[in-house]
Amino acid sequence: MSATQFINIGERTNVTGSARFKKLIVAGDYTAALEVARDQVAAGAQVIDVNMDEGLLDSELAMETFLKLLAAEPDIARVPLMIDSSKWSVIEAGLKCTAGKAIVNSISMKEGEEQFLHHARIVRRYGAAAVVMAFDEVGQADTAERKLEICARAYDLLVADGFPPSDIIFDPNVFAVATGIEEHDRYAIDFIEACRAIKARCPHARISGGLSNLSFAFRGNEAVRRAMHSVFLYHAIPAGMDMAIVNAGQLEVYDQLDPELREACEDVILMRRPDATDRLITLASRFSNQVQVTEKLTEEWRNLPVSERLSHALVNGIDAYVVADTEEARLLADRPISVIEGPLMDGMNKVGDLFAGGKMFLPQVVKSARVMKKAVAHLVPFIEDEKDEGAAPKARIVMATVKGDVHDIGKNIVGVVLQCNNFEVIDLGVMVPWTKILETAKAEKADMIGLSGLITPSLDEMVTVASEMQRAGFEMPLLIGGATTSKVHTALKIAPAYAGPTIHVLDASRAVGVASTLVSETLSDDYTSGVAAEYADIRVKRAGGQSALAALDQARTNGLHVDFAEQPPVKPAETGHWVIDDWPLEELAPFIDWTPFFRAWELHGNYPAILEDKLVGEAARTLWHDAQVMLEQLIAGKWLTAKAVSAIWPARRDGDDILVFADEARGEPIARLPMLRQQVVKREGRANACLADFVSPDADWIGGFAVTAGHGIEAKLAEFKAEHDDFSDILLKALADRFAEAAAEALHFRIRTQQWGYEKAHVPDYAALIREQYSGIRPAPGYPACPDHSLKPLLFDLLKATDATGITLTESFAMLPTAAVSGFYFAHPASHYFGVARVGEDQLVEYAARRGVSLEQARQWLRPNLD
Amino acid sequence: MIAASAAETAFRALANARILVKDGPYGTAVQALNLVEADYRGKLTTNHDQKGNNDILNLTRPDAIAGIGRSYIESGADLLATNTFNANAISQADYGTEGLVREINLAAARILRAEIDRASAEDGRPRFLAGALGPTNKTLSLSPKVEDPGYREVDFDGMKGVYREQIDALLEGGVDFILIETVFDTLNAKAAAFAAMEAEEALGRRVPIMLSMTLTDLAGRNLSGQTVEAFWVSLEHVRPITIGLNCSFGATELRPHVQILAKSVDTLLMVYPNAGLPNEFGGYDELPDTTGRLIRDWAEAGLINAVGGCCGTTPAHIAAIAGAVAGLPPREPPVREPALRLSGLEASVFV
Repeated sequence: MSATQFINIGERTNVTGSARFKKLIVAGDYTAALEVARDQVAAGAQVIDVNMDEGLLDSELAMETFLKLLAAEPDIARVPLMIDSSKWSVIEAGLKCTAGKAIVNSISMKEGEEQFLHHARIVRRYGAAAVVMAFDEVGQADTAERKLEICARAYDLLVADGFPPSDIIFDPNVFAVATGIEEHDRYAIDFIEACRAIKARCPHARISGGLSNLSFAFRGNEAVRRAMHSVFLYHAIPAGMDMAIVNAGQLEVYDQLDPELREACEDVILMRRPDATDRLITLASRFSNQVQVTEKLTEEWRNLPVSERLSHALVNGIDAYVVADTEEARLLADRPISVIEGPLMDGMNKVGDLFAGGKMFLPQVVKSARVMKKAVAHLVPFIEDEKDEGAAPKARIVMATVKGDVHDIGKNIVGVVLQCNNFEVIDLGVMVPWTKILETAKAEKADMIGLSGLITPSLDEMVTVASEMQRAGFEMPLLIGGATTSKVHTALKIAPAYAGPTIHVLDASRAVGVASTLVSETLSDDYTSGVAAEYADIRVKRAGGQSALAALDQARTNGLHVDFAEQPPVKPAETGHWVIDDWPLEELAPFIDWTPFFRAWELHGNYPAILEDKLVGEAARTLWHDAQVMLEQLIAGKWLTAKAVSAIWPARRDGDDILVFADEARGEPIARLPMLRQQVVKREGRANACLADFVSPDADWIGGFAVTAGHGIEAKLAEFKAEHDDFSDILLKALADRFAEAAAEALHFRIRTQQWGYEKAHVPDYAALIREQYSGIRPAPGYPACPDHSLKPLLFDLLKATDATGITLTESFAMLPTAAVSGFYFAHPASHYFGVARVGEDQLVEYAARRGVSLEQARQWLRPNLD
Repeated sequence: MIAASAAETAFRALANARILVKDGPYGTAVQALNLVEADYRGKLTTNHDQKGNNDILNLTRPDAIAGIGRSYIESGADLLATNTFNANAISQADYGTEGLVREINLAAARILRAEIDRASAEDGRPRFLAGALGPTNKTLSLSPKVEDPGYREVDFDGMKGVYREQIDALLEGGVDFILIETVFDTLNAKAAAFAAMEAEEALGRRVPIMLSMTLTDLAGRNLSGQTVEAFWVSLEHVRPITIGLNCSFGATELRPHVQILAKSVDTLLMVYPNAGLPNEFGGYDELPDTTGRLIRDWAEAGLINAVGGCCGTTPAHIAAIAGAVAGLPPREPPVREPALRLSGLEASVFV
């Protein structure tokens, strides 16, 4: 064991060793007591010793309370505990609150072997290691021989009983030296000798000791005590001492001790001369006043301005100073409510972001909420004194986990965060039937309802609650949250059931923003109509609607029957496979459609009119400027590499499938592409379209393509991340997406004018391209005309797309890099975009057979298109 | 010291020869049956709705549970776990059926014991039954009251008693092992293991334990904040026959954490992931072949001794997994050097 591997066990959370800690515990100030533990860990303690053996205390309760509180402090709880008591009941109370593997301090043979083994078995059953005192029926071991004798006997008993030798830690008793009593002079040297002997006799066992006893004779003289401890460890560690209960912040470095003091200590500990004690006593008086007990534990963040201290406390979940800091902030603020709205909310927003970004985990967030709550609690009386608007809760919200579901952790967090933000939360708990939710909301005049659920069936139950709210004539907003909920599900299934505002809340960090907006007189209407429009848009995209479905054969009869005699298939100038390995970005830039770029930044309006828009024009212009600057840089610096592959193959239609062939002989197909047909009943004159309708059953052709502009982006994004430049990160991703779309547009233009060659233009009319003013389409798998994402691997195989472009597919058929587009080319003038929307069970069954997969598999793939 | 049970010895011997296959979930399979309240309720007289109480089906629709068990046997599972994830007094209290815990567990064990014994009598292949203990919906390490972090809804002895009731009934019903699964709070698992050890002492026969942790974040921690290594250190005193991970994520996300355990665990490693990550409707899209391919990759890397499926996996997934690992050698547990291993939320190893 070298000194670097020595284990420091923090001694400050010990009522017998620390007067301050004892005072705090006796006074019930556990918050400050936790700070003592935190300081120990911060100062380097690898284990913390907790001892509550004090006559004034209910020690079992104090141990339990402290350990439970400690479990909620990740920066303390990360290290193991030493549960320290001379009372067995206190040890067991501590073990019942300890998730990790702790050390029990201690067990011994002082009450005989039977009791010793009984305790050891229980320690084992709780999963702990144990300190074994060198103490037997006769008493504590003082000489080296006795220490070895007792430890060896205990070791043999434990090992024979199945106790792992490596979980045995002997404490061979550190006693006070330099007491003036001659018999005490050998204590230190006996301990050191015993270490060697025990280590040799008891393989894998460890040796520990409490240092403070050693220097007991010099109480009050900190300099001498520290020097003695340092010298003792210097000699005991090489002899086999593995750990000690010490004040981790106060270990002196042996080499830096005053040489004269060091030598005097060494004389005492190693018993090098008969007058050693007298000499040390004489010397000690010289050092008695030199000690500045530098508890250098004032953390630096305490020197920050108050708003930053509050933020720090929230993010780190430290509530020790929050009341004082809040009070300081209140005195500086014009109104108490401003403290909440200003620094506290800023801190909570930071927490929300960290949580959303996966940089904080649940217990920490809960801790932050607690800090927030304490701060708010401090402010509430002052706010009430003002007797103004600030005093009333912003709004009252009824929250429940729906019937059939018992998960409530997420809901509770949302509840807490809302309460921190001055919302009154009525939490109905779990498994709540809709009747109770509605009754409570009505009786309590709630402003909104929040529903939560984790398991899949809860999604349906939420629909039930929404419909019942509708039936009961409710108008209040309905918030939806929980791990399996989603904006899409809310838009598709829940929002249609309820006419009031229905809003999916992604996570706890968003809850306050959403709820606050909903109760704001100025923002609410715009927000709810915005959400409603967004959800309606989702429904359109998902092509929901509850119109009736035609049977598949009827839909087929009403298909688009192209007269290929009248309008024959468009014969391509050439068939084949074309790869563009590095498409210059400057060629692609003019093809960019900027409107979706602005939409990605939640600026709505068509380019270029949006630049002059009254509402968002200024923001749009600034963004536009930033985008142009980056565009130039990324072209000049070649941040991105665009790659493309395209092909045209002989094909023909077979029912609703399209067969692809290697050559014009159209013998054995190289692929079968099953397509889905619209089944929603159409009004007179409108066909139930299917992409196969655009292909002739005789000789025809189909194309395919895949493009990406995302190669190289990761390196650049990493640079931005390193600079904490979120804005550039998002901007580049948005631009890369635009380049991928532009490449798809440019490639389609090239195919139409060259390989397929049916379009005679040579110079692209970019504006016309954006308006899709051309003949032929390029539908993508996963999009409305061809909603089955699983066609992508078929397309990729045909194109050898991964080899050609480096685009890979994830197991759920997403493309990587993400700035990528792929699809099929249809050239016939009758071809157009449409949405397949809902399909019936009959088509599903048939599709599964055509696709050659199980019904279950097909159902999974087509789930969004199924009722 | 109580000698190893016959099932334990047979299980270890088989695991020495090949990678074993565990079954998939009951929840997903039950959901697919589209059962209605009447199915769940059966002849029970209770005012509570029972729909969603999958564990009660052991009493009210034993045929359905037997059928699911059979489908996993047919898919090639060597190890079945009882449909008792929530069959404890705490979870059943939500349905007003806490008085039925013993009957539910007894029935659950007997149903699958019969299926296993019949199948093994037919083909001579050994199969094993684990009695499954879920985490309950209460936690010993976290406070449900944010303003009072020292508060707990349950205490260790209470939790231990709840588990003991379940364990006794499962053992009586004929399970070979006790599987403490989906551990989100290590202290809950410690209480369960403690109860199993007490049952072992009371019965005078070996009660082998299997342990399986679940992660709540990609960094690899459970809900109470422990890392996978800390979890293993906290529970190695149980000397589990298997330890590992289940649920959490799909095989892709679990892999790095499986690798950590594969290196540090000196017993058999069993992992049963979800079928990927849930989609926006809460369903699982990962295809059996994909799961099989991912698991095969684990097997080829020598990471595992037993594999199965959790949320979203189906008999087809289990069959794919069984096919994927067939013929590949099992992981060889490393021999660990003696060391003082302690843990808080993180593991501390002192060599």
